[in-house]
Amino acid sequence: MQPLLTAEDVTYSFGPTHALDSASLRVYAGEVLALMGPSGSGKSTLLHCLAGILTPDSGQVTFDGRDITAMSDTARSALRRTDFGFVFQFGQLVPELSCLENVALPLRLAGVGRREAQRRSAEWLERLEVADVAGKRPGQASGGQGQRVAVARALVTRPRVIFADEPTGALDSLNGERVMQLFIAAARDTGAAVVLVTHEARVAAYSDREAVVRDGRVREQEYAR
Amino acid sequence: MSVGYAILGLLENGPRHGYDLKRSYDERFGHGRALHYGQVYSTLARLLKNGLVEVESEPGEGPDRKRYAITTAGVTDMEGWLGTPEKPEPYLQSTLYTKVVLALLTGRDAADVLDGQRTEHLRLMRELTRRKTDGDLADQLICDHALFHLEADLRWLELTAARLDQLAARVR
Repeated sequence: MQPLLTAEDVTYSFGPTHALDSASLRVYAGEVLALMGPSGSGKSTLLHCLAGILTPDSGQVTFDGRDITAMSDTARSALRRTDFGFVFQFGQLVPELSCLENVALPLRLAGVGRREAQRRSAEWLERLEVADVAGKRPGQASGGQGQRVAVARALVTRPRVIFADEPTGALDSLNGERVMQLFIAAARDTGAAVVLVTHEARVAAYSDREAVVRDGRVREQEYAR
Repeated sequence: MSVGYAILGLLENGPRHGYDLKRSYDERFGHGRALHYGQVYSTLARLLKNGLVEVESEPGEGPDRKRYAITTAGVTDMEGWLGTPEKPEPYLQSTLYTKVVLALLTGRDAADVLDGQRTEHLRLMRELTRRKTDGDLADQLICDHALFHLEADLRWLELTAARLDQLAARVR
């Protein structure tokens, strides 16, 4: 089986610091892959390179047969909007918009009409058990609710890959567990692959396999399915 | 865990037959490891001898006409047990630590040892996470207990991986 997303010998430096040193990784369609490793190992940098947010100094990132390192900024932004979803540690919701409008935002940017976008967004909020915060602003929701809204926003466009960087890092155990259960179940239902950056083993236990980043290099567990 | 105290605790709400105690025990505490009838009756015999339970015989036919009841001494004993904290396990004799040191001593790749162990730990953690996700509250609590312990092992593993060079310099 062909991987959906690959990094080949990717190198990336922040000034004199080599964050990634010839890192390679394969992500298959529909799998949940945990990227583990100590702080500063380069796992978030690798995620940003895979998602086309950072352009590697050398090496190649390929999504669905297309070299995204060679794409124009515009083409890459379009790809991020249509095929990728993102969940970060701190929801990064727009504080001035309601939770429902936050979820609808990526659909609106993709040209979906307001009413249809809100209908689909409401379904996702329901699915993630946060329908009651739809009309509230993110500041009025709890941390756990906010992360579920962020997950709904990542899933609403039905992306093929979701990048999640420490999605439960700011939550307590109980809220973190619930977010992971709902997030992974929903991702599996839509068939999206998930690249999950975490330093917590209990979060990584929701994955199908793991890859460990250490000193900018990747040690990847074989794909077995 | 002490089967005796579990049985005493189950008797606190009222007298029960041996087979009924076994069924309750398996349901609440068995988790894939059911009690043998022999174990139930030998435990009850010991509790009886120590005056912690007493027998109420019922008239009629059948092999199991004995009902067991907890005594006042049994309740006191149970209270004492609940009120005594368990001794925390220090886990000082770690096979994994020995393996890492031996790998370094013999010039093998100690990181491979740690990586192999991480994969194995995570495999079990995935299994427990699945069981927890599909299970009821009892499953969740039991699996969480195991998951937190496995996570602690993994944290040690990561810390050791980060200190391998230091350890190698000391070992050789």
